Amino acid sequence: MRDRLTDSLQNNGADYVEVRYEERTTTRVSYRGRNLEEASLSSDSGGCVRALVDGGWGFASFNDIDALEECVTRAVDDARMSSGEALALPEREPFEASAVSMPARDVTSVSLDEKVALLSEFNDIIMSSPRIQSSSVTYGDAGRMVRFAASDGTFIEQKVPDLSMRLTAIARDGEEVQQAGVSMGSVGDFGAIQSLHDQAHDVARRAAALLDAPNVKGGEYTVVLDPILAGVFVHEAFGHLSEADLVYQNPQMRELMWLGRKFGSPQLNIVDDATLPWLRGSYAYDDEGTPGQRTYLIREGELVGRLHSLETAARMGEAVSGNARAISYRHSPIVRMSNTFIEPGGVSLRDMLADIEEGVYVKDWYGGQTSMEMFTFSGGEAYMIRNGEIAEMLRPVVLTGNVFTTLERIDAIGDDLDMNQGGGCGKGGQSPLPVSNGSPHIRISRCIVGGK
Amino acid sequence: MEELLELALQQASSAEVFEASSESAVVHFEANKLKQLENRQSTTVAIRIVREGRIGFAAASGAYEPEKLVEMAVETSSYGAEAQFEFPGASPMMGPKTYDARIVELETDSLVEMGLNVIDRVTSAYADVQCEGLVSISAGMVRILNSEGLDATSRRTSIGAMMEGVRISGTDMLFVGDSISSGMLLTDVKPIADTMLAQLARAAELSHIETGTYPVLFTPHGVDVALLLPLAVAFNGKNVVEKSSRLAGRQGEQVFTPALSLWDDSTVEGRPTTSPFDAEGVPSRRIPLIEQGVVGEMLYDLQTGAEAGVSSTGSGRRGDARSQVRPGMSAFVFAEGGRSFAEMLGSMKEGLVVEELIGAGQGNLLSGDFGGNVLLGYKVEDGKIVGRVKDTMIAGNIIDALSRDVVIGSDARWVGGNLYTPSILCDGISVSSRGGDA
Repeated sequence: MRDRLTDSLQNNGADYVEVRYEERTTTRVSYRGRNLEEASLSSDSGGCVRALVDGGWGFASFNDIDALEECVTRAVDDARMSSGEALALPEREPFEASAVSMPARDVTSVSLDEKVALLSEFNDIIMSSPRIQSSSVTYGDAGRMVRFAASDGTFIEQKVPDLSMRLTAIARDGEEVQQAGVSMGSVGDFGAIQSLHDQAHDVARRAAALLDAPNVKGGEYTVVLDPILAGVFVHEAFGHLSEADLVYQNPQMRELMWLGRKFGSPQLNIVDDATLPWLRGSYAYDDEGTPGQRTYLIREGELVGRLHSLETAARMGEAVSGNARAISYRHSPIVRMSNTFIEPGGVSLRDMLADIEEGVYVKDWYGGQTSMEMFTFSGGEAYMIRNGEIAEMLRPVVLTGNVFTTLERIDAIGDDLDMNQGGGCGKGGQSPLPVSNGSPHIRISRCIVGGK
Repeated sequence: MEELLELALQQASSAEVFEASSESAVVHFEANKLKQLENRQSTTVAIRIVREGRIGFAAASGAYEPEKLVEMAVETSSYGAEAQFEFPGASPMMGPKTYDARIVELETDSLVEMGLNVIDRVTSAYADVQCEGLVSISAGMVRILNSEGLDATSRRTSIGAMMEGVRISGTDMLFVGDSISSGMLLTDVKPIADTMLAQLARAAELSHIETGTYPVLFTPHGVDVALLLPLAVAFNGKNVVEKSSRLAGRQGEQVFTPALSLWDDSTVEGRPTTSPFDAEGVPSRRIPLIEQGVVGEMLYDLQTGAEAGVSSTGSGRRGDARSQVRPGMSAFVFAEGGRSFAEMLGSMKEGLVVEELIGAGQGNLLSGDFGGNVLLGYKVEDGKIVGRVKDTMIAGNIIDALSRDVVIGSDARWVGGNLYTPSILCDGISVSSRGGDA
């Protein structure tokens, strides 16, 4: 296979060509209500070629390996057709590498029997809880082997397993339907989800409690976010804006996002780090063959770095960061985050709450979305804060912010950094990409909370 | 495929083989320029078996060994759901045309031209707008074979174009955009540019709305982003069978306003979602979901239909070709009303027009909640748009909002590929904004 991939890239007249060939096996299991809904196994093998000619890109993907040579020709022709302003990719010394993740309990060696049995236990806990109408327990794992070859002679083999699971409890009382959930994930380590029985109990308890909880009254509040939701916040609020492909070709964006611009208080530090061990957003090499790195995005409140592909780094004259990722061989690598987090400060949760007369404490996540300037993030669990204490439970809330004002309003950063492994990120039609994000507890002095 | 079916039947009492292949070409535009050309080829085969009464499923994209695939399906059948259905037998498959060779024959140059045409039209009026988007064509084939004798094949084509423009001034970012799609050849992209130019004109000024409860006029885009997903969840047979949908058990009741009628329709001529049969080979039909406010049918595939004690509505879908079948929507079609957009706008004293949201679908969809941050929306005062709002959220519930007085527009169009809707004016929607008293 290696020779075939390498040989296919020779003598085609392109400035740069790369090929990725991927083999993946996937297991999916889901429960809905009392019944097992799905148990399935699938395999997926295929590859793609990407070529660069005078600044234009061509891309061709295939399932049939015999189409490889034809796809190289096609990608090069297409690149020529979209060529424009010349592009010199950053120089690199060609290298060969192999990176294999070996989790403590590799999910690819766990039997389907054991997976189904564990999920059945979680589902039983949820379904036997009071006021629960239904459940959704979804589990997926994948063994993934990717071979990468580039025309400069670089060749990389990477084996990265992945696992994700979501437990959802659905409670109903007459017309009222409420749900609560929790997401977990790991780099293919089955051990990471084997003792989540307490979480299953908790999810069912929360869903039932929501039936009696009021909606928050919409408006601006002081909000305190737990590490999981604050992680989603940093991903949406700033992570995406630091992706250089959103910046590099737009003169106004480049003006807005100049290195050195102040975004937050001197206590605020935001990092993207693909090298942290055993996080779902970690990797040795990105999908252009650049080593994963630790990149400070904000240091002491100032913008100091951003996430790059080979192209964006070259166009902006900045150093590569190893953030070009693709969800599969069906897609081109684009600039993505890895593990993104706010570094811990020194404030305890108790002190953070102490001087809040009326506010909202939000935990866990449903999702988030950004449009660069504005972003939303939604919490799975929310409470009013009254006179410095966590008070009554609320229905789940959606919060919104504006990157140019909200980061400045972070006025307390906790000491309890935690990373959330249950997330998946979507961008440019590529979803879900395994990422993780995290933070300590943070407080935002004013934040819009949607409500009825 | 026949060989695979035979092989499966050595281990199973009944079986189905599904094969999908497709080729697509995509032209990407960035920063007002052609950026990248993409071509994709893919082939997937999936088998579903019933063995000792239980469903087994396995799928493969790319190279696979038939024996191994059957073995995988057999392994999963030890755990699979109890099959409550029988595969449909042979039936004649007639339907609207779904294949247009003229799409396949389009030269890449023509696709490039379509995209550049939109960009030209927008940037010649607004030089500071940066456009990003794509034009794509695809052709595919699906074949389903099962042990009851069904052998159904359909070929389909589609073409689509979407463009998003961003206009940045200081730290303010304005996003506009539109898309078109069709199953038959369509090369006129002027409507995309026209929509974007109208959005840019309406958003020229900045305005503000105080936190409170207001009438909200959802444009077709607004209906798509805010209302489609909670409606699709409410009518999904799976949620109905589990009684987690608020519409469970309410068939035949007047839940919505009499002004409202809605169908799920995979038989509309020329649409990319149109198909003679669903992912299980069940014939497609036009399914009445809401008839003058009365709750009609729910969407079922074979299994969930059997669980509900009704027939499949031909709503079996596969998320991708390697996914198990689940019930799902095809294309929602709202009945048009009699009021023009201008008339509806004119009737509003103070409120919002909503075109685009971010964060929609992040609330409790099962209970019908919708909402999000207004990415593109306009403040209305005394029947006129006075400017764009920012830092503003809306929140509501489809069952509540669509049961009250609702005005349905006469301006229906296709949006997002799977929705045909006019503008809809809803009353009593919560709006939260910056500076609101909390």
